Amino acid sequence: MSVRHAILALLSEGPKYGLQLQKEFESSTGEVWPLNIGQVYTTLQRLERDGLVESDEAESESPQKGFHITDAGSTELSSWLNTPPDMTSPPRDELVIKVLSALRVPGVSAHDVIQVHRRYLVELMQQWTRLKEDEADFDLTFALVVDAELFRLDSVVRWLDAADGRLKRAASTPSVAPMGPRLARRLVVRR
Amino acid sequence: MSFLELRRVSRSYGEGAAEVHAIRDVDLAVECGSLVAVMGPSGSGKSTLLTIAGSLEEPSSGEVAIDGASVQAMSRNDKARLRRRTIGYVFQEFNLLAGLTSVENVALPLELDGLSGKKAQAMGMAALEELGLADRAAHYPDELSGGERQRVSIARAIVGERRLLLADEPSGALDSTNGEAVMRMILTACKRGVAAVVVTHDAQLASWADRVVFLRDGRVVDQTMPPPSPEALLEESSRAGPWR
Repeated sequence: MSVRHAILALLSEGPKYGLQLQKEFESSTGEVWPLNIGQVYTTLQRLERDGLVESDEAESESPQKGFHITDAGSTELSSWLNTPPDMTSPPRDELVIKVLSALRVPGVSAHDVIQVHRRYLVELMQQWTRLKEDEADFDLTFALVVDAELFRLDSVVRWLDAADGRLKRAASTPSVAPMGPRLARRLVVRR
Repeated sequence: MSFLELRRVSRSYGEGAAEVHAIRDVDLAVECGSLVAVMGPSGSGKSTLLTIAGSLEEPSSGEVAIDGASVQAMSRNDKARLRRRTIGYVFQEFNLLAGLTSVENVALPLELDGLSGKKAQAMGMAALEELGLADRAAHYPDELSGGERQRVSIARAIVGERRLLLADEPSGALDSTNGEAVMRMILTACKRGVAAVVVTHDAQLASWADRVVFLRDGRVVDQTMPPPSPEALLEESSRAGPWR
């Protein structure tokens, strides 16, 4: 996620000061991701340079500098909201590489390696779930952030489960052919 | 003291070359007020473990103790009484009787145990109220959503003095919101002293538990450590470096 677009989203509600943007950013992410004020001002300067926000400095007598979004800023925000992030090619995931490496190391059980990571992920999920226990303290933005973390970790656990099952089946039917070089070349791995 | 204890419990089916070991040498202890999740893939022995813990099936070897008493040493009648009074079961398919309302379904195990209809209904209503389902008391199962049906089946499992709750994939047929509601209800029951075991392949459900036990090929291969305070996550997140 980019701070730049999060600030544009906050300014789309109306003009705001830097300090106000910092506070609203933190509360809009359930206060899970703090943001320092220096970064707010650096980002505002860049947005102003790019014509996406304007400061009210000239029109206001207040010592605090207010900012508002421009038409170009609104267009940029709308375009960002509707553009899916790049998920087309698989990232180089460290966990995937560890499991693939475990298959080649003599004396190492890939099942055991998978279990070490599975347990760690479930322990992390237990911690995130504890944050949900008290519904009274659980506001909407915080709930969305916690859910996002839980679904992200859950997807990794599911991959480990699938990998575990696939390795078990492969061990009982050792005739599974390795992936052909042509298909492997077509999978462009990016960082 | 543990309310439920499995000591070196094994269960196998068939003989000789056809023998299949469903679970082997399983040790498991569940305290009053705690929720333990058992995670594992299909065929890992989760459901067998649960049916043995609930005295619905005999182990081939090993011992099961509930509230300090060995289940194997009990007479048939004592075991039946234990199942009627102490243990509540929750299944993926809800298993509610279609011709009975919610409160009648919840009160049924008490009536079968000899309680008067009036008293059983009052206790059934109290269980529904405790779980926030009072407004569904007069509804029949086909008038309830899947999530509500499962919540009624949890009320049935904890009605009266039941102190052990055993749930087999309790939210398998539900979406994530209803699955969460089901786990919250099980936690509510644990907070008033119930010992609960949930078997599931779903990490999001398992993460509601105090402890997660991992089963593979019928054996306990690992378990989670008590998690540190969740606040540590937020501190970690604030150290995650600057935003891009």
